[in-house]
Amino acid sequence: MIARAGGAVAALALLPLALSSYQLDLLTKMLIFAIFAMSLNLSLGYAGLPSLGHAAYFGVGAYTVGLLAVRVWDNFWVDMALGLAAAMVAAALFGLLALRAEGSYLLMITLALAQVLWGVAFGWRWLTGGDDGLPGVPRPAAGLPLSLAAGPRFYYLVLVCFAGSVAVLGLIARSPFGHALVGIRESARRMEVLGYNTWLYKYVAFVLAGLFAGLAGNLFVYYNGFVSPAYLSIVFSASALIMVILGGAGTLLGPALGSAVIVYLENAVSAYTPRWLLVLGVVYVAVTLFAPEGIVGFARRRKTGSA
Amino acid sequence: MEVSFYLIQILNGVSFAMLLFLLAAGLSLIYGLMRILNLAHGSYYLLGAYVALSVARGTGSLLLAAVAGTAVVTAVGIFMERVLLRRVPRAELPQALLTFGMLLIIGDLALWIWGGTPQTLPRPEALSGAVRVGSFFFPAYRLFVIGVGATVGVALWLLQEHTRFGAMIRAAIDDAEIARTTGVNVSLLSTVVFALGAALAALGGIIGGPMLGVYPGADFEILLLAFVVVIIGGLGSLKGAFVGALLVGLLDTFGKARFPELALFTIFAPMAIILAVRPTGLFGGR
Repeated sequence: MIARAGGAVAALALLPLALSSYQLDLLTKMLIFAIFAMSLNLSLGYAGLPSLGHAAYFGVGAYTVGLLAVRVWDNFWVDMALGLAAAMVAAALFGLLALRAEGSYLLMITLALAQVLWGVAFGWRWLTGGDDGLPGVPRPAAGLPLSLAAGPRFYYLVLVCFAGSVAVLGLIARSPFGHALVGIRESARRMEVLGYNTWLYKYVAFVLAGLFAGLAGNLFVYYNGFVSPAYLSIVFSASALIMVILGGAGTLLGPALGSAVIVYLENAVSAYTPRWLLVLGVVYVAVTLFAPEGIVGFARRRKTGSA
Repeated sequence: MEVSFYLIQILNGVSFAMLLFLLAAGLSLIYGLMRILNLAHGSYYLLGAYVALSVARGTGSLLLAAVAGTAVVTAVGIFMERVLLRRVPRAELPQALLTFGMLLIIGDLALWIWGGTPQTLPRPEALSGAVRVGSFFFPAYRLFVIGVGATVGVALWLLQEHTRFGAMIRAAIDDAEIARTTGVNVSLLSTVVFALGAALAALGGIIGGPMLGVYPGADFEILLLAFVVVIIGGLGSLKGAFVGALLVGLLDTFGKARFPELALFTIFAPMAIILAVRPTGLFGGR
């Protein structure tokens, strides 16, 4: 397992030699959204907490970094740390409200809470730039030994964050905490009888998911050099959902696979037609109807021959 | 001066509330019977308004426009219920993904067909003026919208509480299995209720179109407010949808008039409070 993971990281590290700068850019975006999707997978896939508002933490991280870098102090370490902290605080606050509900109510409430932040980003013009967003965020430079402005270097920063996220999320999934989350997803009542504080487990998973979503948001601001209310929108939240489901909920790397497929598809479709959202809608419907277990789930079923 | 400001705001708030009620009632009925959270419900509102707009321009008849808008959306609703939603597991996540996909599809198709410029549905000649009450003038159209909303509310209540059809719905909501064994065709009932919900949302778009306009994104905007209505009122409750709609309609209107930058907070703050006290809404069962 560790050897395989090492091999995969080495392969990803060597890819800049083989790819054009355009392709590398696309791969960078895939890895950022892979982190975003994997973060949702922690709360959705393992703990069984659906959300239609996961972009809230992505967006809070992004706006924090963007505002700090443009308006206050362009220091990579400080901005990144504060971006992560802000995303975590947002998740900690929203989690208190959202986790009072379950199922459909949880979906509606997470959506509504994220939409409040969208409204703030949209309406609070003098701070956030409103609908026009906040342009001019430089690639991280200050405080690092090398400027990351150049292409492959930023890719390596993202790759390090991705590998770190996979490692940490993998450890969480295999830890007693991760197993308890799966237990709660399968039967919350049984876990309660066994003496687990199920609310606290769900809450911690929710906040950690927000933290990793914030990491993805931080990186995406640097990637785009720009932050806008779209980062907080339902389309971003739902993208994370479809990436998780398409790849395979509750599997470690399924969501990353889902992210690669969706990001690639968006890029390919947008080259031919402005109707990307229409295509994306068809993908949602098709995945739900024909591939509800996702790619990884499908592959597993074929392997075990129980299909 | 002050009094007339409040009167007009109340009128605007209540008329907007009636539109929200048309959506929330369908959303709530569908959830109550089928446990389906329909994210495409706002798309019915948008599609109804757009179809009515085209028919009104083509034929000049507003009545025909209203009938056509409602009919097209009802057909879309029946298709979604019978062909799509029946094929996915009865769990909130697959249903949310499927209906969100439909939200994207209908929204993007509408953008393709009708373009991105905001448009306004024509209003009937007879309702374009103002009605004088004492020394105040009220826009007749807003009064008409309030009348339609109130009529639909009463009709739905009578339907649910005092007809055989309503009794079957209540039985199926309580226990679909038992209802089935007593001879209720739950499958057909589900389709009828889904179609009714879609038609009500379309009606909302058609009578809301002259007041608020039709534009890309209106589908999601109204969906979100309808969600807040049912979060406050409780999913599955007609009374909850009505009370929630009045609350959200008035708060939204006053919020926008008084604190334009904080408009969303005036709705979401009460929602958060109600949520903290009663997680299933004021009138929600579970």
